[in-house]
Amino acid sequence: MFRNSYDNDSITYSPTGRLFQVEYALEAIKQGSAAVGLVSKTHAVIVALKRSAEELGSYQKKIIRIDDHLGIALAGLSPDARVLSNFMRQQAMSSRMIYNRPIPVSRVVSAIGDKAQRNTQIYGRRPYGVGLLVAGFDETGPHLFEFQPSGTVLEYFGAAIGARSQSARTYLERNFEQFHDASLEDLVLHGLRALRDTLAQDKELLAQNTSIGVVGLDLKFTLYDNDDAREWLEKLGDVGSTRGRQLPDEPEPAATEDAPVTDAPPPEETDTVEPIETDA
Amino acid sequence: MDHMPENWGRPRSDVYGVYNPAIHNAGPTTHTQQPSITGTSVLAIKYNKGVMLAADNLASYGSLARFTDQERLIKVGKETVVGVSGDVSDMQYIQLLLERLIIEDNYEQDGHNLRAPHIYEYLSRVMYNRRSKIDPLWNAILVAGKKDDGSPFLGYVDLLGVTYSAPTIATGFGAYLAIPLLRKIASDDGDEKRITEQQARAALDECMKVLFYRDARSLDKYSVATVTTDGEVTIEQNVRCQDMSWRFADHIRGYGTQTM
Repeated sequence: MFRNSYDNDSITYSPTGRLFQVEYALEAIKQGSAAVGLVSKTHAVIVALKRSAEELGSYQKKIIRIDDHLGIALAGLSPDARVLSNFMRQQAMSSRMIYNRPIPVSRVVSAIGDKAQRNTQIYGRRPYGVGLLVAGFDETGPHLFEFQPSGTVLEYFGAAIGARSQSARTYLERNFEQFHDASLEDLVLHGLRALRDTLAQDKELLAQNTSIGVVGLDLKFTLYDNDDAREWLEKLGDVGSTRGRQLPDEPEPAATEDAPVTDAPPPEETDTVEPIETDA
Repeated sequence: MDHMPENWGRPRSDVYGVYNPAIHNAGPTTHTQQPSITGTSVLAIKYNKGVMLAADNLASYGSLARFTDQERLIKVGKETVVGVSGDVSDMQYIQLLLERLIIEDNYEQDGHNLRAPHIYEYLSRVMYNRRSKIDPLWNAILVAGKKDDGSPFLGYVDLLGVTYSAPTIATGFGAYLAIPLLRKIASDDGDEKRITEQQARAALDECMKVLFYRDARSLDKYSVATVTTDGEVTIEQNVRCQDMSWRFADHIRGYGTQTM
């Protein structure tokens, strides 16, 4: 995978029709810690695991509020997320100023999708190295979108990105039928359980490393961090990793393998030691 | 030596100030214009199930009644009507802007559409920005439709960027002659709940008659638009003032106090 001669720039196809730089950008997302999102018929929730570079350092912010009705969770290069979130804020502000309406979630997400796509088709530019889960509420209800550096933007009932996110995805797949009619509290607890499944062995969800964002009908986007997160974790109860425990039907994830950018199912990840870096 | 050719031959910056390159690409300077072809009053009144507007079909060239088939009530999107008075070419430009706005809004087909409050905000931004460039669109505009909570929406914006909202609004001469008559049936916010469609229509017809008597730049042929809170828009055209009495004209000699 790392010996390709067609990966020097973002605008060169390989003979099999792949853009390797874009795929490498997706790898950057997998290095970041996990973020999970899910929707019910009234709310959208995003939860994320924060990482700190060293014991005495702060934890990297993983959830950003864009507007009263919109927020994002990021995984990957956080400076790229900052740039994209500032752009989204400008779009949201512009919609309120010109039309006096909160920007429809699908439109702001199309705007960053188009922005990201440009960087895959202009010489000299690099694709954004961050994946986003965009949670928002507009006239057509609550929405959850996943944004990728390729410019692909898809809407989901439940989604997970970042390191060991396949475990979260498995939880979401098993439980998604309960999400639609879930109360806000149940929805958040589902999200936290999915996030818990991404923890490395012997780690746990703590107030300092867990971030929760909720938005919905009659509820402006609200961020729960630190002490506010603690209240949710107390409701959750068991905050420890499930890895290393004997669970009959959950095999350990297999090693990473190559996968094309677009439609193929996502590859499973290696369960490596967490890399020492400041990016989320 | 200054090696930049674009600076050769220029006066010294330290004496005359730094050269502003924007001069090179500037268009003609436009200042406050005069309107040329104009439309007169637009009237509007909220009622229990929506909003009703009226505007005559005259486009005047100063004191010449030049065009008698000018429609000044514009349907925008599915549920909004915009009534425009003032310069007709600026009205046509606004019509173009609104048409493009709706077309672009419909690209996505995502269930999100611009409604009256959004169109009103958009036009307010356009009008205010033009006035801030001292190049106004010489109009007074009424936007009618429904609010997000389902109640009737009516807003006014003009060439100065002034905006306001009330149960009854009129532009031009209508502000002096029609508003007092309309306020007899709806003077405060909330009064519209007690007004029926027939009452609203009767009030507008009466006002259009009064305006034809007294506004020297008006016409007796007009259009009436109804926008309901169910989202239905109807524009009735070629309505004429009824039961007018011009017998007083018989006795008039000259102007003012002359009797012979």
